[in-house]
Amino acid sequence: MSVDTAPRPTGPTAPAPAPKAKASRTGSGMVGSSQGSRWWLYVLLTVALVAVIAPFVWMVLGSFKGEGELRQIPPTWLPESASLDNYTQLFSKLNFGQFFTNSIVVAVVVTAGNLVFCSMLGYALAMLDFRGKKAIFIAVMGTLMIPGVVTFVPLFVLVANAGLVNTLPGLFLPFLVSPFGVFLMRQFILGLPRDLLDAGRVDGAGELRIFWKIILPLCGPALATLGILTFLGSWNNFLWPLVVAQSEDKYTLPVALALYSTGQNSTNYGLLLAGATVVIIPILVVFLIFQKRFIEGIATTGLK
Amino acid sequence: MTAQTGTTGSPAGPVTPPPVTAPGRPANGSSRGAGDGGSPGRVGSARRREGRAAWILAIPFCLLFLAFTAWPVVQSLFMSITDTKARDLRHPFSVNIVGLDNFTKALSDPTFRKAAANTAYFVLVGMPLTLVVALAAAVALDKGITRFRAVFRLGFYMPVITSIVAVAVVWRFLLQDPGGLINTALGWFGITGPNWLGDPNWSMPALIMMASWRNFGTAMIIFLAGLQAVPAELHEAAAIDGANAWKRFRHVTMPLLRPTLLFVMVTTAIGYLQFFEEPFVMTKGGPLNSTISLSMYTYQQFGFGNYGLASAMSYIIFVVIAIVTALQFRLLRERT
Repeated sequence: MSVDTAPRPTGPTAPAPAPKAKASRTGSGMVGSSQGSRWWLYVLLTVALVAVIAPFVWMVLGSFKGEGELRQIPPTWLPESASLDNYTQLFSKLNFGQFFTNSIVVAVVVTAGNLVFCSMLGYALAMLDFRGKKAIFIAVMGTLMIPGVVTFVPLFVLVANAGLVNTLPGLFLPFLVSPFGVFLMRQFILGLPRDLLDAGRVDGAGELRIFWKIILPLCGPALATLGILTFLGSWNNFLWPLVVAQSEDKYTLPVALALYSTGQNSTNYGLLLAGATVVIIPILVVFLIFQKRFIEGIATTGLK
Repeated sequence: MTAQTGTTGSPAGPVTPPPVTAPGRPANGSSRGAGDGGSPGRVGSARRREGRAAWILAIPFCLLFLAFTAWPVVQSLFMSITDTKARDLRHPFSVNIVGLDNFTKALSDPTFRKAAANTAYFVLVGMPLTLVVALAAAVALDKGITRFRAVFRLGFYMPVITSIVAVAVVWRFLLQDPGGLINTALGWFGITGPNWLGDPNWSMPALIMMASWRNFGTAMIIFLAGLQAVPAELHEAAAIDGANAWKRFRHVTMPLLRPTLLFVMVTTAIGYLQFFEEPFVMTKGGPLNSTISLSMYTYQQFGFGNYGLASAMSYIIFVVIAIVTALQFRLLRERT
């Protein structure tokens, strides 16, 4: 995914206004005065920052502690004797390697499906003229507003009747496409010049070739946003896999962690904190790598 | 965001196409309007080609969408007027149409009412709290500071991207009564913290605190984007006229931020009305049903196999969401 040259998707993407008045804000400070005197704001923000990320810090530090230390009152910050015991136990005894693989497979397939299918339809809706276009658009937009809980029951019935309960396809098939993805891609492609299409036709390129060779390579920023958001959503998805994955070998990480944290291991604090760290760290790494694109995507689409 | 976007290269605006544009072509833009050139037959076949290509592109999405989104939506509506139970899955024709019974049953169920009250509590307290924190953070990052903006933004956004299950594991520790990090911190100021998750009066505030912590980052990012669209000149003019910082915020920033505010309010309300994950992983709805929410009770009914009833409940939630959304649009639009 080439994500470097990135004009953000401006266009009428979302009600949240794109930051268009950028030009008028050359200096990043405000009214010019009182710049150095904002030290108290830094103090305030730093206190807030510490409060916000303290749970993460405590989680990671705690995952290296032993049981005895975790039960101490008052709680400690730095581990008195750090060890990797919790992690070795997690991967050797509790099969977290398998859950990790399941989570990765599901998230990658779901992300790939969304990138391919949503960009295809997004392009057709944005640039091409065809019978049924309006109907498709209305149907897709209409379902954007329907809460997940409405489709949950019949979706489970459907998957159960298809014999897909407790299979990996049962975990990813229902999420291969999303109305949000189509909306995002359509809005972005609408902002591309139509001349591209005409030029491709003049050069004798077929319709599908135009999409593949001309349009798609220009969709980098939108594809990156959609890809990250989809991966994140799938990685953290909890309720659906909790219901569909019924035997241990199909668990995803959140499901495993949830069941362990309420089951017989619920009192093994070190293990749980290590598990929580394993769930959070991969997504944190992805986020840190792509954070700029990510936050721009949130700002322009307004959705997470 | 300002600090970052400057380095991304081209300043906003439309994508500059690679030089594929044929120079001699009239820039008539739309290919559809191409009827005024070439024979009608050729135009017709070009349009047919375009339509065929469009459908090839649309079909994979449409099939998956019909199977896994549209069909469940329709079926759920149907189920809501039947007495479908888990055991009927094998005998789909044994279900009976019961009209609106499921809806009346849900609305007269005391637990459902309790769940509705809890959800309202959560939205009415949690949403303003989340938005105020988010707006304060956004204003501070946008106007107040010049350095480390990206670091703060990143830190404040971190809770949004983390799995609720992992968050729950950590927060259960933080909220523990004797020895939890929060009560320990309160103890420094001589405050004896409550038994957060064990006391029916404090369980909901605990979850609201956790949800706000987890969600304010999203709203903050959107507010930041909105704030950057407020021209600095307006502030300068107001400052020259003697308006203090609060007055400028109140009378310059807020009116211009209204569309953003509306958007954030609507999306937050939609999310919070479906309040589910926090009680599900933290309290299972307890103690004494003090944290059971509409979505969670619906899920429980689904778990008991009462599919018809659960579907009816889910449509009630949908209607509530639709009404709240429409109300917000009216309220915020009217005052502009």
